[in-house]
Amino acid sequence: MNYTFIALVENKPGVLNRVASLFRRRNFNIESLAVGRTENPEVSRMTVVVDCPNGDVDAHRIEANLYKLVNVIDVQDVTHQPVVTRDMALIKVRVGPERRAEVNGLAEIFRARIVDVAPDSVIVEITGTEDKIEGMIELLRPIGIVEMVRTGQISMTRGTNDGVRRMPGMDGRRYEDVMEMAEMMP
Amino acid sequence: MKLKGAEIVWECLVREGVEVVFGYPGGANMPIYDAMLNYPVHHVLVRHEQGGAHMADGYARASGKVGVAMATSGPGATNLVTGIATAMMDSVPVVFITGQVAAHLIGGDAFQETDVTGITLPITKHNYLVTRAEDIAGTIREAFYIAKSGRPGPVLIDICKNAQVESCEFVYPEEVKLPGYQPVTRSPRNLLDDAVRLIEKAKKPIILCGHGVLVSKAEEALMQFAVKTQTPVASTLLGLGAFPASHPLSLGMMGMHGEAYTNMAIQNSDLILAFGMRFDDRVTGTLKTYAPKAKKIHIEIDPSEVHKNVFVDVPLVGDVKNVVSDLIPLVDEYDHDEWLNEINEWKNESDSRSIMNWEEDGKLYVAHLIADIWKATGGGAIVTTDVGQHQMWTAQYYQLDTPNRWITSGGAGTMGFGLPSAIGAWFAAKDQEIWAVAGDGGFQMTAAELTTAVQEGANVKVAIMNNSFLGMVRQWQEFFFEKRYSAVNMIAPDFVKLAEAHGVPAKRVTRREEVHEAIEWARSIKGPTVLEFRVEQEEAVYPMVPQGAALHEMIRRPVKTAG
Repeated sequence: MNYTFIALVENKPGVLNRVASLFRRRNFNIESLAVGRTENPEVSRMTVVVDCPNGDVDAHRIEANLYKLVNVIDVQDVTHQPVVTRDMALIKVRVGPERRAEVNGLAEIFRARIVDVAPDSVIVEITGTEDKIEGMIELLRPIGIVEMVRTGQISMTRGTNDGVRRMPGMDGRRYEDVMEMAEMMP
Repeated sequence: MKLKGAEIVWECLVREGVEVVFGYPGGANMPIYDAMLNYPVHHVLVRHEQGGAHMADGYARASGKVGVAMATSGPGATNLVTGIATAMMDSVPVVFITGQVAAHLIGGDAFQETDVTGITLPITKHNYLVTRAEDIAGTIREAFYIAKSGRPGPVLIDICKNAQVESCEFVYPEEVKLPGYQPVTRSPRNLLDDAVRLIEKAKKPIILCGHGVLVSKAEEALMQFAVKTQTPVASTLLGLGAFPASHPLSLGMMGMHGEAYTNMAIQNSDLILAFGMRFDDRVTGTLKTYAPKAKKIHIEIDPSEVHKNVFVDVPLVGDVKNVVSDLIPLVDEYDHDEWLNEINEWKNESDSRSIMNWEEDGKLYVAHLIADIWKATGGGAIVTTDVGQHQMWTAQYYQLDTPNRWITSGGAGTMGFGLPSAIGAWFAAKDQEIWAVAGDGGFQMTAAELTTAVQEGANVKVAIMNNSFLGMVRQWQEFFFEKRYSAVNMIAPDFVKLAEAHGVPAKRVTRREEVHEAIEWARSIKGPTVLEFRVEQEEAVYPMVPQGAALHEMIRRPVKTAG
């Protein structure tokens, strides 16, 4: 089963490599990994979707090993939490003027946008959950997908709830506390 | 104060209290070696960087301080790798400083360029690539802090040559800012209470004492807790010495080559108190049948060890000394006489099989030799080992009553560790007697460090247990591969001549009656010596839990008299 983790890491060279290397070393398969800046220039945020064949046991181990990395500030498991999850895709479809309206119609249904039009192709931009994007891809495939790129999943918990921090003995540890400790509050 | 990067390296090392550095110069760290001449740090020129890494490791284990090893870029740095992995697996604080080609050359396959931070990423607690002189001071400060705090471990700093020669304002940072690194040192009260409830109910408790007890200096707390609750103490290989072997509650070593009665006690216990240990496969046997009736309390500073191999009922994340000290006032005094008697019966049965009861047959057995060295040294020497049969016999028969005397490569199982780690230990404890026990195989891996010992006047006594076999592999082939001996027959050089060629006095011992005199001869010489013991060739280490078997399914020493 896939688990989703949000990791806050120091924005330093090589940190992505440390995280990726950890998954390789412990033999976990990354389904999706998205990295980007946060409101704090010293902190990057990763959303990692990982296949955990042994469920919570694996999830615990991943979380614990992420914490072990010196540059990792906070890890939350949001798999079972109410979250807003988004993935974005750019899909180039081979389509001439005769079927452009059809693609346009599909885009409207999926609340996607046409962001580029060429004589024999268009680029569709779609954001949403993975399911929604998969759905759109299925419908575009028969028309002819030339190429496609996806950002990978990003997630954020709803409201003021945090994800689960299952680290034993680390209860009560919150992002704010850690940030305050490090005097890194934005 | 404007200083060159190379000078900043030494300014920082001096401020960290470093007195000795084990290293090897080369193209990419020459500025550091040039600056070294102006600083009061003793440099030990090793013969191979692996030796330097093990020396820094041995120094750290014997002193409780951070060891430091240095090497140049490329092959110099890659030669450290085995030593780094050894320190990582055994949680030993060592800072490795390697030279790197100039920053503008990185990635261009320059002469002696290797991606050292890439190579060492999975075998260091943390590592750094430093490209600017301004970053050196902060990095070294952080490296020492990370190496020795929490669960200790090796940290590597790869310093580009340009950063060594460039100058900048030297500011030694007072504080370390690591937002992602906050080791937990105490357990919350609610979890301590959970643990106390289990301890109150236990009829057959047992403490598993690991390396963490020594690292956190929790020996005193362990003793108080064990005596107050009358709980017997078994030890991992690296935990030996934390609890006195001669104490009535001591059960000795557990695991693959642990005491049979100790393993029986674990399998029959109803509560395991794991103090600073990590349920390694060598101490659990197969996990399916490991201590099936026992509840488990795990005191451990590294949260990633909790529930890793064995699911525990109460995880107490924190420094062992703190957590055990917090537990002591919460528990009552108990007596577990019935349980201790049960263990004693197993113990008596074990003793009846002991090789110590064998009649003299003229042959040399390693177990006897270790007992002889133990007697001669009053059990108080620092003992280092290589890896294999002799290591297990030393663990079994050099019975330690005092902590930090036992230096061996446990997790990594690194052959060639014995001699260099003994030299390193000597720098930490020059007034103590130091013995390096090695096999004929392992000794040949790092024998070149004999010259280092001579150059430094290191007073280490090497005992080579020569059975002309790679003994442990041979034993496995005997037990599990139908005695098909494959690549285990080994001829060795004339160790006496080899030692003498290095300028080291040496003696060969082939008969029982020569043993005592030879040991005393070695002890009487100030400086390195080598004793080669020609021991029984096909002797096996007992008991043995075969890989994948349950902890109580041991191959026992056949009951017999010598013959």
